[in-house]
Amino acid sequence: MAANPMTQFEVYRIGPEIKLGAFDISFTNASLFMVVSSLAILIIFNLGSKKNSMLPNKIQLLAELSYSFISKMISDTAGSKAKPYFSFIFSLFMFVLFCNMFGMIPYTFTVTSHIIVTFMLAAFIFIGVTVIGFIKHGFGYLKLFVPSGVPIVLLPLIVVIEIISYLSRPISLSVRLFANMMAGHTMMKVFGGFVISLGIVGGWLPLSFSVALTGLEILVAFLQAYVFAILTCIYLNDALNLHH
Amino acid sequence: MIKKIFFQSIFFNFFFIKEVFPAESGGMPQLNPEFWISQIFWLTLTFGILYVVLSKLILPKISANLELRKSQIQENIEAAEKQRESSVSKIKEYDDIILKSKLQAKNIFKDAREKVLKDINLKKETLDKQIDEEIKKAEQEIYVLKKKAPEKINKIAIETSSEIVKKLIGADVNNSSISAIVDDLSKKNGNKYYGN
Repeated sequence: MAANPMTQFEVYRIGPEIKLGAFDISFTNASLFMVVSSLAILIIFNLGSKKNSMLPNKIQLLAELSYSFISKMISDTAGSKAKPYFSFIFSLFMFVLFCNMFGMIPYTFTVTSHIIVTFMLAAFIFIGVTVIGFIKHGFGYLKLFVPSGVPIVLLPLIVVIEIISYLSRPISLSVRLFANMMAGHTMMKVFGGFVISLGIVGGWLPLSFSVALTGLEILVAFLQAYVFAILTCIYLNDALNLHH
Repeated sequence: MIKKIFFQSIFFNFFFIKEVFPAESGGMPQLNPEFWISQIFWLTLTFGILYVVLSKLILPKISANLELRKSQIQENIEAAEKQRESSVSKIKEYDDIILKSKLQAKNIFKDAREKVLKDINLKKETLDKQIDEEIKKAEQEIYVLKKKAPEKINKIAIETSSEIVKKLIGADVNNSSISAIVDDLSKKNGNKYYGN
């Protein structure tokens, strides 16, 4: 494997080329880690929900703590109206978290370091939230762009700004996750490369950096999954409880 | 010298970085659209399956487990509360019983004391009476004895003096004349000895 820090993000085909019409949907290393992450989530939570003992064992405790953690996060940010979307936000958080965390294992592939993946998630959330908003409030949802208590003179400007900020939501959401993951992994790769190039004599400094960066990246992996989920909740809150 | 080699090795190492990180064309692989469709397809597939399985199978189970535990804990808390209340009432009952029995014991003690006191008083009275009677009897006896004492003494005195006179003189003396003298003397000194 070449040592270019960007080669770790390369997608390559595993197995034969699969074509669906004109589209190439071959199984790649990205697909592999999507499958692995999903399977890991399903296995862990299936084990955690299998039997209900009064005193939960470790895996059951993990599942239940995650459940109440997400549940609390949703009810705190989006209120009780967001309950039907709990499963989606739970899956989203777990999927992003597990993809990020699997990326932390050496020689693995980080699914979330690809803009197309994060953008698809963010676009789906954006479209879904917009649809929910229009279903709940009809055209009254457009009042989201007209904040109350703004002088009439400033209103056209504010509305334009609000619309731009609303439309840039999927971009900011996806780029935040993608850029964080890519930057972190690139940095780790660069420091790893320094360790090799400086050898036994000077390699200790970048090595210690690398160790510290690994800890930081694990934190970032969790944090970005959390941020992704909580921003989804906030957008959902806008659609469910129109405050303007 | 060693220091120089050390720094040189670090410095020159940077010249080999190009070999470690060989320049490759293409830049960010993320912007290469070759596998975009594949990624979108697999993302939709895996995330869709994940969502369906989680929301239909796993999350309801976890939620039910949590609910069950919550209700069970609530039940246990309620049962504990009930038992606590019953124990409080039992303690109250117990206290009542103890209070009652204490009162009863006090009454019994009081009764017994009164009875005993009555008995003692009765016995004391009879004893006092008896003692009084005995004392009276004894006093009477003493009085009688006291009264009789001078006569006896006089008699003894008359007898002894007649004996003495007989031995001294050798002749019988008339008892009546001696008794007259003794009487006379006892009247003179009687008060000194008998106090009456």
